[in-house]
Amino acid sequence: MAIFINEHSKVLVQGMTGSEGTKHTKRMLASGTNIVGGVTPGKGGQVVDMDGREIPVFNSVSEAVAATGANASVIFVPPKFAKAAVIDAIDAELPIVVVITEGIPVHDSAAFYAYAESKGTTRLIGPNCPGLISPGKSNIGIIPADITGPGRIGLVSKSGTLTYQMMYELRDFGFSTAVGIGGDPIIGTTHIDCLRAFQDDPDTDAIVMIGEIGGDAEERAAAFIGEYVTKPVVGYVAGFTAPEGKTMGHAGAIVSGSSGTAAAKKEALEAVGVAVGKTPSETAALMRKILQG
Amino acid sequence: MDLFEYQARDLFESHHVPVLAGAVATTAEEAFAAASAMGGKVVVKAQVKIGGRGKAGGVKLAVDADDAREKATAILGMDIKGHTVHKVMIAQAAPIVSEYYLAILLDRANRNFLVMASVAGGMEIEEVAHTSPEKLARVGIDPNIGISLEKAKEIARAGQFPEDVVDQVADVLLKLWAAFIAEDATLMEINPLVKTEDGRIIALDGKVTLDDNAGFRHPDHEALIDHAATNPLEAMAKEKDLNYVKLDGEVGIIGNGAGLVMSTLDVVAYAGEKYGVKPANFLDIGGGASAEVMANGLSIILGDTDVKSVFVNVFGGITACDAVANGIVQALQILGSSATKPIVVRLDGNNVIEGRRILNEAAHPLIEQLDTMDGAAARAAELAAK
Repeated sequence: MAIFINEHSKVLVQGMTGSEGTKHTKRMLASGTNIVGGVTPGKGGQVVDMDGREIPVFNSVSEAVAATGANASVIFVPPKFAKAAVIDAIDAELPIVVVITEGIPVHDSAAFYAYAESKGTTRLIGPNCPGLISPGKSNIGIIPADITGPGRIGLVSKSGTLTYQMMYELRDFGFSTAVGIGGDPIIGTTHIDCLRAFQDDPDTDAIVMIGEIGGDAEERAAAFIGEYVTKPVVGYVAGFTAPEGKTMGHAGAIVSGSSGTAAAKKEALEAVGVAVGKTPSETAALMRKILQG
Repeated sequence: MDLFEYQARDLFESHHVPVLAGAVATTAEEAFAAASAMGGKVVVKAQVKIGGRGKAGGVKLAVDADDAREKATAILGMDIKGHTVHKVMIAQAAPIVSEYYLAILLDRANRNFLVMASVAGGMEIEEVAHTSPEKLARVGIDPNIGISLEKAKEIARAGQFPEDVVDQVADVLLKLWAAFIAEDATLMEINPLVKTEDGRIIALDGKVTLDDNAGFRHPDHEALIDHAATNPLEAMAKEKDLNYVKLDGEVGIIGNGAGLVMSTLDVVAYAGEKYGVKPANFLDIGGGASAEVMANGLSIILGDTDVKSVFVNVFGGITACDAVANGIVQALQILGSSATKPIVVRLDGNNVIEGRRILNEAAHPLIEQLDTMDGAAARAAELAAK
């Protein structure tokens, strides 16, 4: 078991023929992901060689699903065209759609999120995220597959590189699934969605939750942990030294007035019994202690 | 991007949201000219992107153009909570009978848009929410449905607007919504929205935040950027497409990925407590750490006179550590004798062995390698304190 994706995931790559799409399609294939097709409007009918694998290209997601039985997609198309690509995937009722693209206008994200909600058939992950990996089963996005293997830790994080860092710190334990949910103000899958899934996943024993400044997702996640999660959770929050009113890299990472601070998030997590590390290494050490009893 | 009040006013006007005449002035003479053209009483308002300017003396009524010049002289150059006033807005004065509140914003928690409307305006909306929550309507808007006239009236009534202004307030809300959508805003706030003696509903003060990600469909937004307030190092970084924020410490930071760089700042801050040093900047070089990107990043950080040491913290995910190492070595070649500060490097992840080998072999006198993030942060802090 793992959450959201597993060895049965049949993946489409939207924007596969672009440079990012091509690069990461090859990487995903190399790590064992079952990629069944690409989607680029206007290039349907082509077949692209991906390091010796022949991957067919389709004009639309529905067409690709009809031909391949795909049940997930990952989106690399540029911000300008991302909304149309996501809507295409939602219309095809794909259960999992992972949006890697960074820099999508938030009005577009709000629109496609609301559309996905109204249809009720698609889980969006991202945008502006590294995707997710269930090591040894499937890898959808840009998370390096060689950091660590399968194990029993679940990881949910707003940040890509901190996801990699944490997987590396705990590489001797391995992960059931690691999900990078993204750093934009509006994201499809939240900390709470992942916490719920990890709690319900019999193959996850403990959870690492990584947050950062901006919004109140971590505070809401803390409240959710208090009422639903019985598995051990350790937390980390980045951005204690971020000044007020400045966007720190991620579009959503901003302290506005007194809201969205790292201190408030840490406090909320600790209030429900989550051990919060001061640094990524300390956080990993807390998890190590839990797993070693 | 947050706008100044005068920019918000102009934007409102272009979308038919009712506003009073207003003009921006950077000198007392310009203020005089604007007030003369307007005639009658005017209000001279400091243009700063922070609340509380009225209490700080940044908003003054002037009886005529001469008085406007005098008031502008007093306000220009004033410091309001650390913000220097470089511009004033000369606004037509209007006899007000009521002050209301109206805003549309992005609601991160509910992942939609939120309209807030209240008959109680002119003060901080948090205060209204706290003291008389029954007077504040909070209504979520589905971005794919928008606001109908009927819904707008419903919202006005829920905000307890008196029946005689409901139609007008609903009309303003629809225009504000159109502006919010057309401009890719994440916040459009009118506070106060006023009723004048002659019964008009007018946006007297506005706050607008625009989505930087939507810049590609708004080439005109470029002109709204306040270049005067941008730190010169930040401006230089922006020109080179680097994600850089200037801070007030001594340890220059370069890393890959926003989360890791934020984390690096924190770790350096903890390590620096002992030495009395702090991180000097945020710099995320992103995925492709080419020699050129690394050289650009290093040159901006080394050009910061506050910086005493540099910490390069990279976890190679997609980025390979050997490419980063080559980038650092080549960057130092490009920078030559202009690079004089010690550089602590911590590489991990993709191709780390080759990356570390390249740096060892280069044996550059400024470079010191450490294996862990915490250890490297401590060393960089120590070097900055020397």
